[in-house]
Amino acid sequence: MSSTIQAGMKAGVNPSDLAGKKPWNIGNLIGNVILTLSTLFFIFPFYWIITGAFKKQTTATAIPPEWFPLHPTLQNWSDLFKNAIWRWTFNSFFISFCEMAAVCLVAALAGYVLAKKSFPGRKIIFTMFVAAMALPKQVILVPLFTMLADFGWVNTYRGLILPAIGWPFGVFLMKQFSQTIPTEVIEASKIDGCSEVRMFSTIILPLLTPALGALAIFTFIGSWNDYFSQLIMTRSTSMMTLPMGIATLQGEYTTNYGVMMAGAALASVPMIAIFLTFQKAFTQGITMGAVKG
Amino acid sequence: METRVRKINPNLLRDWFMSYLFLLPAFGFFLVFVAYPMLRGIYISFFNYSLRKFEYVGLRNYVDLFHNETFMKSLWNTSLLVIITVPLVIVFSIFVAMSIYRKREFARSFFRGVFYLPAVSSVVSITVVWGWIYHPNYGVLNYLTGLFGAEPISWLGNEKTALLSIIAVLITTSVGQPIILYVASLGNIPSSYIEAAQIDRATSWQIFRKIIWPMLMPTNLYIIVITTINTFQCFAIIQLLTSGGPYYSTSTVMYGVYEQAFKLGNFGMASAMGIILAVIIGIISTIQFKTFGSDVEY
Repeated sequence: MSSTIQAGMKAGVNPSDLAGKKPWNIGNLIGNVILTLSTLFFIFPFYWIITGAFKKQTTATAIPPEWFPLHPTLQNWSDLFKNAIWRWTFNSFFISFCEMAAVCLVAALAGYVLAKKSFPGRKIIFTMFVAAMALPKQVILVPLFTMLADFGWVNTYRGLILPAIGWPFGVFLMKQFSQTIPTEVIEASKIDGCSEVRMFSTIILPLLTPALGALAIFTFIGSWNDYFSQLIMTRSTSMMTLPMGIATLQGEYTTNYGVMMAGAALASVPMIAIFLTFQKAFTQGITMGAVKG
Repeated sequence: METRVRKINPNLLRDWFMSYLFLLPAFGFFLVFVAYPMLRGIYISFFNYSLRKFEYVGLRNYVDLFHNETFMKSLWNTSLLVIITVPLVIVFSIFVAMSIYRKREFARSFFRGVFYLPAVSSVVSITVVWGWIYHPNYGVLNYLTGLFGAEPISWLGNEKTALLSIIAVLITTSVGQPIILYVASLGNIPSSYIEAAQIDRATSWQIFRKIIWPMLMPTNLYIIVITTINTFQCFAIIQLLTSGGPYYSTSTVMYGVYEQAFKLGNFGMASAMGIILAVIIGIISTIQFKTFGSDVEY
């Protein structure tokens, strides 16, 4: 390694260029092999879902496995859609969307106030939010469930949507981000005689957009994948979400992997599409929540 | 005192009032759906609480749990799950981040995306396909190991391999966020530090140990804490792949909470398990903060 640097310096190459191109050596080779193998290991399940969704039942269970569906069939999809797929898809989108909209609104309001206003009790309230975040969410699920059961909210949309709005991560993220808003902006609008509500909606909210974007994606995906809550809160087939519905199909189509893969593809494609579209906002959101935390 | 209160100008009071109004929705939902259930969880853990009865039993749920072989087994499994998963997630994430952080933007996005996919796509989908891959007769895994002459194994049906098979899936769903965070922090290390060390003929290992690792400390702390919490909460993979079996070899505390509450209807007992889990996570997080936090310099 050091000899390459010397050689590079002799040839008049700036050492900082070498930082970009690591010298080719055995350690590097092994590293790249491991990276490639890991990549394959991570991609393979998705490849298997997508190809499996188009395999006939006989070929899906064939050994040696059929690496690519040579005789693709749509049978799995028509079998899959004999179930309440449309309803489950609607439920998933509806629940995730409501949760996303509510969390963003509620968190933006609270986060802004916690970051930019001073009032009695501000510190205590923020400490409560942060302390709750450190506790594992699942710990409250049993008491929460018994409470919602008392309300008669089991197997309802409100039982699935409302409890998730209380989770303080969004408030925390919006508070961190609101702190970056210059105080002068707020002062200036006050002098202009802007009402608090108008100021929030016309000045603050637009400034919070990048963070709100990240929070929206987190909440949407988190809600879509909140399997435990869906499992305990849904009773009837018509209230199931897509992942939940697919999970229950496992009992019905035990080794009919073609249908299961079609379902698995359907449950994950919306999330993958959202992730790929908003990857940048997503990556920023993750670092925002952590680095400033 | 009273005169001071009177002196507060009405504008300030209005400002406070608006602040509370803005805070109210978030705080209201928080109190009803997070804070109250937490307290209620502690409360009902002292009761024999099922669909039929609600009877105060003091600490009996806790005492019973520590004499319960199944619960002790699930505590042990949970510890194994954490002890094996967390270090592997850290090492693998740092390895991937180190390999990709100096690559071009496109390559970086590609790799970050690949390793984040399992976390972002539905956990049910991932678990279902792994169930197929692990299948003793129809699974690819046994076919591949068979090529090397290995006997077929019932990966999920065997006490020795079931937990490890779960851990493999859990790791694929856990490394996405750590990799993104490590890539971000590695990018923040001034390249002049590394160049200076290279000029001084430091080995790659020395550069990693003396420069990169200390600079990663704040990120390490955060990642260790969140990965530990996530691992403790691993549920869907276990429920869908093994349901805690065979012979409770993959039953964790989290799975036990589910089983007690929603299969057996013992909400009191389940709450007690949840509290124990929370206490354990609290203790471990504190230890992690003490151990790794002390090295954080800024």
